[in-house]
Amino acid sequence: MARAAIPRRLTWQLGRVVELIDETPRCKSVVVDLPEWQGHRAGQHVDVRLTAEDGYQAERSYSIASAPEDAHLVLTVERLDDGEVSPYLTDELRPDDELELRGPIGGYFVWERSLGGPLLMVAGGSGVVPFRSMLRHWAAGEHDTVPRLLYSSRTLPEVIYQEELTRFSADDGVDVRLALTREWPENWEGHRGRVDRGFLEEVAWAPAERPLVYICGPTSFVEAVAQTLVDIGHEPGRVKTERFGPTGT
Amino acid sequence: MEALDGNAIAGALFEYFGTEMTVARGACVYCGATAQIAELRVYGQAPGTVARCRSCGNVVMVLVSVRGLQKVHLSGFRLGD
Amino acid sequence: MSPISRGFGGRRRPVADPSRVPPGQYVTPDFPVLSAGPTPHTPLDEWSFTIHGAVEKPVSWPWDEFIALPSETVTVDIHCVTKWSKLDTSWKGVSVDTLLENVETEAEYVTAWSDGGYTTNLALEDVTGGRAWIAYEYGGEPLEPEHGGPARLVVPHLYFWKSAKWVRGLTLTPDDQPGFWENYGYHNHGDPWLEQRYQGD
Repeated sequence: MARAAIPRRLTWQLGRVVELIDETPRCKSVVVDLPEWQGHRAGQHVDVRLTAEDGYQAERSYSIASAPEDAHLVLTVERLDDGEVSPYLTDELRPDDELELRGPIGGYFVWERSLGGPLLMVAGGSGVVPFRSMLRHWAAGEHDTVPRLLYSSRTLPEVIYQEELTRFSADDGVDVRLALTREWPENWEGHRGRVDRGFLEEVAWAPAERPLVYICGPTSFVEAVAQTLVDIGHEPGRVKTERFGPTGT
Repeated sequence: MEALDGNAIAGALFEYFGTEMTVARGACVYCGATAQIAELRVYGQAPGTVARCRSCGNVVMVLVSVRGLQKVHLSGFRLGD
Repeated sequence: MSPISRGFGGRRRPVADPSRVPPGQYVTPDFPVLSAGPTPHTPLDEWSFTIHGAVEKPVSWPWDEFIALPSETVTVDIHCVTKWSKLDTSWKGVSVDTLLENVETEAEYVTAWSDGGYTTNLALEDVTGGRAWIAYEYGGEPLEPEHGGPARLVVPHLYFWKSAKWVRGLTLTPDDQPGFWENYGYHNHGDPWLEQRYQGD
């Protein structure tokens, strides 16, 4: 798929749903075929627009889960119980349905090889979605440093992309650290409880290494982590944040 | 309702300015603090979307869709610095 | 026109009595939270409600005195300019008529102002005659901060952006002074039955 930095125009495109994949009880990945897609950068998002028969429309943004190198665009959607768009995407959408979206959008929360590293990604709940894109993009090319992913989730069943993250860890040496904040298995060897300063100091690269840090998730999570990393000594200018609406951290 | 950030208005700003705007840097006219648009504190969807300076909290940008036409009021944010 | 998303209906609900729903509105069972800024948290011992501006004598009540004023409980329909309407919402508060009882003024307009800097303008006749309250309870419970607590203006016959959350006072003005959203293109009056959403409607 051709790589494009910024689309010249942001137009609504019509895609066709190819496949729906159950990631977790609340999350589904939607694989979309988009004939007019011009490529994207890891970390960007799309706006999805739904239209009812009487013309009523609702629009939401979703991070792109697929890498620029992947064959199809993939969005991973968390079902919000009181949501208007997410329950449609996770419960109603079927293969061969049309889906209207525009993108790619965003130039701030992106990572590509030319930006360098080392790379630290900190995810709260479904904030992990853009990091799947970044990791796949990283793995698809040459690299001399290995990224670290710190991923906070309420419970283990809610961890998205478990198998893929395990593969990144086993095959590519990516340092994946899970923090379970609400419930964990008895023999859990990962972090228990909220992501705190001690855990960040343990997992993050030392400030002297000047990592590129990306933090994505609910606002309170992102702000607490960003503040703590700056307190530890990381340069604010090398910490990038993307705040989501409600999600399960 | 917690605030989001300028990433949330990236699409609307692209449509209005014709280009990617979240990396654009500017200064708050009230307190002088500089920030990239992605770093602004963003509230709400309607009646309009309000972006506030992360330092002083003043309103630096307002997005309103009037009769389907998107308008971006940027008077609190001086682009380029 | 966009292609139709098969099976999508949105949050709307069919209404038993459509005559209660203004044009272009949908009924919702939810109570969406829309805000232009962070939720203020003024401690009650620092809270007061003030009527001032083009008046003979300004008047102000601290919280304890305010909630001791004669109050009413009303059940009203509310209509947001973002197209959702919520029917049969219950509020308890002080009627603005009560607050204006001893206020002498020749002003014809008010600006409601709130913690956090929000303002909205209304005609005096739109907040009098039993049409407006400063409400501190919703659904029988103290009004939550995210919905405007400790107290908000409630003016159900106008679009709900006029019902200023976190209200702290009314400034009486001789002329109509556009408030926050009105300055950005929303209508000075805001009658949902005439679909007065934007200036010029």
